Amino acid sequence: MRAALSTLEVARPRDLAHALKLLHASLGSERLVPLAGGTDLFVTLNSGVVPGRRFLDLGKLRELRGVRDQGDCLVIGALTTFSEIREHALVRRRYPALVAAAAEIGAWQIQNRGTLGGNIANASPAGDSLPVLLALEAVVHARSVRGTREVPFTALFRGYRDLALEPDELIAAVSLPPPPARAKQFFRKVGTRRAQSISKVVFAGLLRLGRDGRVDLARVALGSVAPVTLRAGRAEHALLGARPSAAVAAAARAALLEDIAPIDDIRSDREYRRRVSGNVLEQFLRVVEPRFARR
Amino acid sequence: MSAVLTLDFTVNGKRRRMHVPPMKRLLDVLREDCGLTGTKEGCGEGECGACTVLMDGVPVNSCLVPAVQAAGVKIVTVEGLAKGPALSVLQRAFVERGGTQCGSCTPGILVTAHALLQRTKGRVPGDGEVRVAMAGNLCRCTGYQMIVNAVRAAARETQASARKRPARAAKPKAGVARRKPGSGR
Repeated sequence: MRAALSTLEVARPRDLAHALKLLHASLGSERLVPLAGGTDLFVTLNSGVVPGRRFLDLGKLRELRGVRDQGDCLVIGALTTFSEIREHALVRRRYPALVAAAAEIGAWQIQNRGTLGGNIANASPAGDSLPVLLALEAVVHARSVRGTREVPFTALFRGYRDLALEPDELIAAVSLPPPPARAKQFFRKVGTRRAQSISKVVFAGLLRLGRDGRVDLARVALGSVAPVTLRAGRAEHALLGARPSAAVAAAARAALLEDIAPIDDIRSDREYRRRVSGNVLEQFLRVVEPRFARR
Repeated sequence: MSAVLTLDFTVNGKRRRMHVPPMKRLLDVLREDCGLTGTKEGCGEGECGACTVLMDGVPVNSCLVPAVQAAGVKIVTVEGLAKGPALSVLQRAFVERGGTQCGSCTPGILVTAHALLQRTKGRVPGDGEVRVAMAGNLCRCTGYQMIVNAVRAAARETQASARKRPARAAKPKAGVARRKPGSGR
């Protein structure tokens, strides 16, 4: 085995309250690194990078598991795996875009271990569930010894891999407000291979037409095209109040290019990502409303 | 917090107790401490699936699972698929149809395919369904067609032998007909 791993220590809390205490106490010396499904953490460890020497195993904390219907909101425990999300009847009915994302995060083996909370905490700009959570206006429940704090997804990303969470806070759950009635949901991930690849562009959208035939709800969120997962406010603005047409789709596409700031990196380059982001936006519009294809 | 974990778990139906570092990878515990070298390391980053084992019945990448999270679980490795010296229907199908190819990815492929056939019990999964289920198992030899053929042949054989023994043929459980995984594509 890799020598480094044999020296690492793991705290095994009895319950969530115990875990929060341990995490808080660790700030005085060396912060415990939370360990959920391990699918990101062990990729880092196996590459020889050690993000800490002491870990906090969340695996046994039942308080972080399960999906609860709270009438208005659906609360998804942080340790809920992507397989569980794919199979959950209520999630499938209300949030098809989240199910679509869960189905494309890694393959079966990863979906059985990877957790929603872990995907958020890892805070990769390429995290595949993140644009969906942002478009659905999810709220993160951050727990600490001080209590629970609700952080809306729209205020979560401070900068590259930097979340608006305190070092002694754990992501306990994510609550999803009811999906806007009659709004259509869309998810698309673009990678090198249809399975298992890290996204070059990842896209989530919600769109609804009002009775007057004009767009009265437009939410567009993207990952892998900026230091953080972002809402494309300018593109949304170009759509709101408009009657669907090819010209409106083109205007939204032009506006989108002002929203995003992709870079050249190992997986793709700036120009490709700009082109593909625009293509996926237009695909989204045409799929949810064919009149966006009309000249 | 300690540097050594007493790990109690079940491997291929046998209860085992190991004393291992808590962050030692399940892959290494199986190979080094349990002496089960059928499970291979490929990429070490959850892409290739060579290290796939079943953990409480579902396939996982054992290179990404720390020993501490294997406490109390049931593991099945490729060594657990055969009944004694007799190959399973799935393993025989791989031999007969050339699904093994170079053999490097085979242990992981067999474990994932076994899990798929457990889920689809009573019916033969389609070509696309097999491919989606196996998307996390990479073969670098020649391609996937022989592998897919072998998996489907094993499903057909299992189905045929279940029909011959109607008294023992289990009723399909609710939900088994659901395409899983892969309904998303």
